[in-house]
Amino acid sequence: MRGVAAERVWIEARPNLVAGGVAAAGGTVEGGASLEAGGRWTLDTADDATAALNGLRLGAAAGPVRLGLGGLQALDTVGACLLIGLADRLTADGWRVAVQGVRPEHVALIDAVRGAGRAPVEHGRTPHHPVIDMIAGVGEASVAMAREARDLINFLGLVTVTFARLCANPSRLRLTSVLHHVEQIGLNALPILGLLSFLIGVVLAFQGADQLKRFGAELYVVNLLGVSVLREIGILMTAIIVAGRSGSAFTAQIGTMKVNQEVDAIGTMGLDPIELLVVPRAIAMMISLPLLAFYADIMGLFGGAVMSYATLNITFGQFIMQLQTAVGLNTVMAGLIKAPVFALVIAMVGCYEGLKVSGSAESVGTLTTKSVVEGIFLVIVIDALFSVLFSMLGV
Amino acid sequence: MNDLGSLQSGPAPSPVIRVRGLVTRFGPQTVHDGLDLDVRAGEVLGVVGGSGTGKSVLLKEILGLMTPAAGRIELLGRDIAHLSRRARAEVQTRTGVLFQNGALFSSMTVADNIMLPLREHTRLPPALIAEVARVKIAMVGLPPDAGAKHPAQLSGGMVKRAGLARALALDPDILFLDEPTAGLDPIGAAAFDSLIQSLQRSLGLTVFMVTHDLDSLTTICDRIAVLVDKTIRVARLEDHLVDPHPWIHDYFHGPRGRAARRASE
Repeated sequence: MRGVAAERVWIEARPNLVAGGVAAAGGTVEGGASLEAGGRWTLDTADDATAALNGLRLGAAAGPVRLGLGGLQALDTVGACLLIGLADRLTADGWRVAVQGVRPEHVALIDAVRGAGRAPVEHGRTPHHPVIDMIAGVGEASVAMAREARDLINFLGLVTVTFARLCANPSRLRLTSVLHHVEQIGLNALPILGLLSFLIGVVLAFQGADQLKRFGAELYVVNLLGVSVLREIGILMTAIIVAGRSGSAFTAQIGTMKVNQEVDAIGTMGLDPIELLVVPRAIAMMISLPLLAFYADIMGLFGGAVMSYATLNITFGQFIMQLQTAVGLNTVMAGLIKAPVFALVIAMVGCYEGLKVSGSAESVGTLTTKSVVEGIFLVIVIDALFSVLFSMLGV
Repeated sequence: MNDLGSLQSGPAPSPVIRVRGLVTRFGPQTVHDGLDLDVRAGEVLGVVGGSGTGKSVLLKEILGLMTPAAGRIELLGRDIAHLSRRARAEVQTRTGVLFQNGALFSSMTVADNIMLPLREHTRLPPALIAEVARVKIAMVGLPPDAGAKHPAQLSGGMVKRAGLARALALDPDILFLDEPTAGLDPIGAAAFDSLIQSLQRSLGLTVFMVTHDLDSLTTICDRIAVLVDKTIRVARLEDHLVDPHPWIHDYFHGPRGRAARRASE
């Protein structure tokens, strides 16, 4: 039996009968008992060992018990835990445990595990009442949000002051940096923004045509397109795509520089991180976003025109004629006037979250996500405020 | 011992860094409580302390990157907390900092990194700026072709040397080093130590060095500042060796401390 058991885990109760099988556990031991453990007491045999220990039944009558560990082939911390648990259980039941035959190489391990078991380990917070936790969570989140809003406004002020100082001394403005970011934000976004705006125009025209056909008012699809694309969809699509593309890039770039202590290095060189990193990005964003929005308007209308021609046989000429009667410069401006505001919001959020990065690379990822979500959220909220304002002004 | 004797025998020069009554708090936790520190011109000061004793925080406060809760910090005789932006930038041009991981601007080449402070703070002609950068690259022992490389293309030791070259770009009076030999192999670390020592001697620098490298402490530091009990104890190595404070005793008499002392003797 030993030969087989050498690779497995076993524990026997002696002198009484040992139940057969590998992970054998013996019957009841009366009076002075003897337990013999052997085989591999390791992580991979822990299941068998637990079963063997559970199968072990010692009588309630306590007395001296000998725990022989001479047969152990291998022992790791899990096995040691189980054996210590057994000894503790026996002691609690009133047995006087005497461990015998421990191999010298196992003594240190058993001592270490026993010592570690004594030290009280904190496993994080003790559980609270879930409802109270939830209310506390809502409160914490609200305070955090209010604080974030305050800090963001503070940051806007800081950037404004820095910008004003730069206006007094324009030679300090990093023109190369501004142009670089215009290329990144504006030029490089043209393909994706163009394609998406075109497709949105196509979809709008198709859906509009479907409905308007019922009234025989197919031509009014042009009005629908003109107003919705120029006033809302063009600028909103642009702002959302730019927040996702460039707002996140701002956070990631500045955040990585923060982790790498490059921002600190700028500070120690007698330079201003806001002036060097934030202002050029904000200016580039405020240049690029209005241009992109106009481009998105054109591409959206173009997509609509193509679809109108394909499904409704409205020629480009007719489309443009109808467009001229449907929308005026007011409509175009009502859309584009929002662009610089959205640009400022996206740039501020992106740079602010980037500068908030501390220490770890993980926080770059977290704050990049946050920057995109916050940027898009603020863009849509401000867009709604603009709608209210425009309706009050009657634009 | 780097001119220490002559400094002590002459009239006491005013310290280049002077910290008085520094208090630093993070929430309820007080890191520094009434910390006083003088760094003399021309010395190499090593700063050590257990983790959480505020070595890096002290460095950031002296550099003006963090504001202490209380206390006064003078850098080259100027109170950095109450300086105009321009005066502060002027003081900062007289200090150079080597951050732990170099903190080179990753979007620029090594040469551009070194030229950046020169471009920002001087009106030198571009040819001269390039020449100065070339000299600094050679001074820190980098090969000439390193200038055209980006930081990502350099090994850890070369990044530190490049960071040192950038810190020395404006010929500062004070050089701050944050764990300069951390992450270097023993040979590279010893080479870096001797580089710092030779530059310190040839350029007459004052060096403020946060380090855990006992070899650096025993070989190149004139005095050692130990952050214990929320304040700092500055003394020469010999005096620290007989200090009964348990942390200081363990630090210098542990197996590593003994080995480093033997090696330097």
